[in-house]
Amino acid sequence: MRELAYVRATSPDEAVAAVAGDPQARFLGGGTNLVDHLKLGIATPGTLVDVSRLALAEVEGTADGLRVGAGVRNSDLAAHPVVRRDFPVLARSLLAGASGQIRNQATTAGNLLQRTRCVYFQDASTPCNKREPGSGCSAVGGHDRYNAVLGASEACVTVHPSDLAVGLAVLDAEVVVLGPDGERRLPYDELHRLPGHHPEHDTTLAHGELVTAVELRRSPVARRSTYEKVRERASYAFALVSVAAGLELADDGTVSDVRVAWGGVAHKPWRARVVEDALRGEPLEEERVRDVVAEELRDATTTTGTAGKPAMLAGVTARALTRLAAPGPQVEEAGR
Amino acid sequence: MTALRLTVDGAERHLDVDTRTTLLDALRERLEVTSPKKGCDHGQCGSCTVLLDGRRSLSCLTLAVAQDGAEVVTAAGLGSPDALHPVQQAFLDHDGYQCGYCTPGQVCSAVGMLAEAAQGHPSHATDDLEADPELTDAEVRERMSGNLCRCGAYAGILAAVQQAAGAARAEERA
Repeated sequence: MRELAYVRATSPDEAVAAVAGDPQARFLGGGTNLVDHLKLGIATPGTLVDVSRLALAEVEGTADGLRVGAGVRNSDLAAHPVVRRDFPVLARSLLAGASGQIRNQATTAGNLLQRTRCVYFQDASTPCNKREPGSGCSAVGGHDRYNAVLGASEACVTVHPSDLAVGLAVLDAEVVVLGPDGERRLPYDELHRLPGHHPEHDTTLAHGELVTAVELRRSPVARRSTYEKVRERASYAFALVSVAAGLELADDGTVSDVRVAWGGVAHKPWRARVVEDALRGEPLEEERVRDVVAEELRDATTTTGTAGKPAMLAGVTARALTRLAAPGPQVEEAGR
Repeated sequence: MTALRLTVDGAERHLDVDTRTTLLDALRERLEVTSPKKGCDHGQCGSCTVLLDGRRSLSCLTLAVAQDGAEVVTAAGLGSPDALHPVQQAFLDHDGYQCGYCTPGQVCSAVGMLAEAAQGHPSHATDDLEADPELTDAEVRERMSGNLCRCGAYAGILAAVQQAAGAARAEERA
């Protein structure tokens, strides 16, 4: 591990100035991903700028929703009463990720900015275009069980590992970002990117830009939402695939609004817009969901290890939506 | 080297650390507090779990410099041989271990988990997100999933945590 300077920032502006002015500097939040990368030798910053003690750890109500500070711990966000009532997909996606200990340490922004768990990215002895641009991709033709099936490129076939990132994709979220020239906001969908020729960039953020908050708007689909995850063991494992879904039904029982996003599928949370557009205005029927999932996956590329993902996506998307549509406690709550 | 102050198991400790030192290594190698164990050192096994400012945390995934001023409680600080913590006693009562290497982490994790449940935190196993969680066996298994036991003493661990949860509830009612 190379020598490391450590600076504790006393304000967001100071933190941004410290990182933006030094290509070798990185923000340090909860550290659950970055500290591991230091040990593995796959992150080699010269300076860490600690933002974990900045006043960014509040969940505040806004006129139409919530403002979640970048430093709010995953466990605190999942336990927040308004999140549990108005944004269940947020609580469910957070609780599906990592372990109790890690959720106590990991922050909102750090969760969204965590890096891929591709075994080759994490092994400094193998080629990886994301870690070392131009070196090649070991996952093509290698261990492929966790690879992408949509939106991949020749340069990179990995997926985004976060559950929270998928949950947020079905909410009307905005990301608040502080840079050297001040604050900007971007629609959540524009935070993460597909790999293209530059898999070294997971997001559209520039070096030195600091996520300070994520803002959410209340809505009927947010209120009636959930998250389902398929993994190789019951807990504490990354997703093979996952589904975030939100649903609003009209009085006649047809779908008036629906949101679906998939994890374990692409380099960014995959918003299944073909599925959403096809289901709007129709009664919700399981077979129809399976059919439109197949349409969304028309351009999917699978290999031996990922051959099961389309079937998993069809099954778990249908299950999530039909459970949301079923009359039960959730419906009573949604109408309350 | 950076000067650092930690409260460890109730005692104030001062030390100089290289910025790259994890909290786990600072505890074990510099302060000779060997109760938290190094299992995987990558946040996958839970054997390094301590209570950090009261919350269960992985000491291998945080840098010591980032914890300046923090209060750390390890399993060794929870009770003494003459006055075991109820969770420690429950692990003894139910053989919640075999080799014992993961046990200090299991014990700290259980103590932190019971506090989270008492505060009403939901888990992946919770059906109704808005209700107060009930610590069923499925809930305990899910909430303790960050602590692996290579000996496979999970049946005893589950029974131990349930005994401690029952004792905590009885105390709440009293």
